Amino acid sequence: MSSLKIENLSASIDEKPILNQLDLELPKGEVHAIMGPNGSGKSTLSKVLAGHPEYQPSEGSALLDGEEILGLEPDQISRLGLFLAFQYPVEVPGVSIANFIRAALNSRMPDDEDFKAVDYYKRLYQKMDDLGMSRKFTSRSLNDGFSGGEKKRCEVLQMMMLEPKYCILDETDSGLDIDALRVVAAGVNKMRSKERGILVITHYQRLLEYIVPDKVHVLWDGKIVRSGTKELAVELENRGYDWIKEEVAA
Amino acid sequence: MISPNEIQIDRDKGNFHYQTDYEFDAGVGLSEDVVRYISNIKEEDKWLLDFRLRALSIFERKPLPTHWSSRDLENIDFDVIRYYLSKGQKPSRTWDEVPDDVKETFERLGIPEQERKFLAGVEAQFDSEAAYSRMKGDLEEKGVIFVGSTEGLKDHPEIFKKWFGKVIPSSDNKFSALNSAVFSGGSFIYVPPGVKLEQPLQAYFRINAENFGQFERTLIIADEGAEITYMEGCTAPKFETSTLHSAVVELVALKGAKIQYITVQNWSNNVFNLVTKRALAQEEAEVRWIDCNIGSRLTMKYPGVILQGRKARGEVLSIALANEGQHQDTGAKMVHAADETSSNVISKSISIGSGRTTYRGLVKIPGHLKKCKNNTECDGLLINSDSETDTYPAITVQGDDNSVQHEASVSKVSAEQIFYMQQRGLSESDAMSMCVNGFVNDLIREFPMEYSVELKRLIDLEMEGSVG
Repeated sequence: MSSLKIENLSASIDEKPILNQLDLELPKGEVHAIMGPNGSGKSTLSKVLAGHPEYQPSEGSALLDGEEILGLEPDQISRLGLFLAFQYPVEVPGVSIANFIRAALNSRMPDDEDFKAVDYYKRLYQKMDDLGMSRKFTSRSLNDGFSGGEKKRCEVLQMMMLEPKYCILDETDSGLDIDALRVVAAGVNKMRSKERGILVITHYQRLLEYIVPDKVHVLWDGKIVRSGTKELAVELENRGYDWIKEEVAA
Repeated sequence: MISPNEIQIDRDKGNFHYQTDYEFDAGVGLSEDVVRYISNIKEEDKWLLDFRLRALSIFERKPLPTHWSSRDLENIDFDVIRYYLSKGQKPSRTWDEVPDDVKETFERLGIPEQERKFLAGVEAQFDSEAAYSRMKGDLEEKGVIFVGSTEGLKDHPEIFKKWFGKVIPSSDNKFSALNSAVFSGGSFIYVPPGVKLEQPLQAYFRINAENFGQFERTLIIADEGAEITYMEGCTAPKFETSTLHSAVVELVALKGAKIQYITVQNWSNNVFNLVTKRALAQEEAEVRWIDCNIGSRLTMKYPGVILQGRKARGEVLSIALANEGQHQDTGAKMVHAADETSSNVISKSISIGSGRTTYRGLVKIPGHLKKCKNNTECDGLLINSDSETDTYPAITVQGDDNSVQHEASVSKVSAEQIFYMQQRGLSESDAMSMCVNGFVNDLIREFPMEYSVELKRLIDLEMEGSVG
């Protein structure tokens, strides 16, 4: 019961099939990576799991610690413990980071409970320091006018504050330079625990040198076609994806 | 630091009324007799009666301005409205003296409590007359005057008569004429030279009777170097029939004076809210209108500043929220009449369901003036697919040494923003509320703290049920 278990998942967008009977299991305590060529459905997978209204699963199931999350509202899925670090975080003008994260934390607490502002800010500032984010960011509007790197850091900050059970990082490395990459990876590594499963979706092997995965999966043609150790990622880096496509076709 | 909710402007909280005995009742419909009745019980001087009668004939002559405004105005039946109702003539100076039923109304709305806590003075009007009016002792010593319109004109004509009807003449529009004929209640305030009020003066307007028209008249004069903040709030119970609120507010800021006028309008959805508000700003004076319109069936209100003196400054900050079946037709008028004057208009409107918001902005800078500036920003946010917003800027700028800037935007809360926020655990309606609050955030910050907390709460209430 301690895993994110996806079975036979098929999903389409605008009636175009993208995921095709996909199977994947992410146990707690492990870090898995998903790699695949463009258009293979990596982002679709993360959006379906997060409950995006435009991505309709047509069959299959996704069990988070035994509980079905397909068909639930995105906020319900979030409160069950799923976090998605977006590839392209949207801007929300007028809403400060501090207030937003606070509202997100509040949504998980029973109605009659609250937390002290002092404790909240202490925690928030600590995580921001860890991520190398200036404390001034707390009052800035969420993602508004942020560079790509700043947006990704903000995603990881939210993840660290919300302490989810399962994290999906959707191409968190895109748009980051080496220094930012190191800092973000360090943040993610800090989140590793026996109680947490992390799914890293990435195009490039580089991120996986910093966030070393327990398993690597290749997503192609709507399903996982190959799984292996971190060596598989290196092999893909050297040989590209063609050899896998050929293997599958054969 | 957020203080607890002191000001209850939740519309449902005001949705109560009860049968009460009115000692003074002008009957139903409008006529010369009604005007004479009103003037009579107030024991007014002849000049004022004549003023009212002249205004009445202007009102009768002028057509409804439906050639440019909402045709909904045609639904006002002037013949079934009651133009004057009151329980007594003199406001009480202590809450103990206020009749129980009236007192209870204001206690339910939280007024006495606010007064104790942070106001310099309060006037509470119940239908046509003020039930309560009091100001802190030391202000009286400084020579500040805070009374109703009747008292102001009767007891201090040398101060008020000079400006009364000069900023907004009766003939300005059909509804200023109506107000000039039947006005009752409202605040007449005078602040002597150099006196700077540290706490705001507040007025609260309450409609209790059905089919009732409220016509308060306010005149604020800030003498040279004086400073004052005035706040007004209003509610009415929900009736089946419509009610009419037609107020006139005149402000005069003499040299170097500052007036800040804050309104939170939350009439129930059956009220026609037609208000004329205008200020004169003399040399180096500043007038700022902070206007928030949440309630009413139809609001038409365009706070204006006539910048008469050099370096005068005028500002209108406006938030309008139109929900199902509502139309907020608001804006600003900035008329520059001296060099180096500046004006600033920021309008943010939100349309929910079939609600409609309209912005009308007049900016006039004639060619002979120099170094004048205007900045206007009007933003609309549409929540649902049937929500509406429209903008009618009317900008006339001449001369080669003046500058005008106008920005407008219309946006909607995107599905991606909602999904992002939901992914963090916020429910769909909480996410919506957060976006809307974010939209008006920098304007809400201009309101006094107590109002900004309550406004946020009110916006959240309006958002509930707008989703899905």
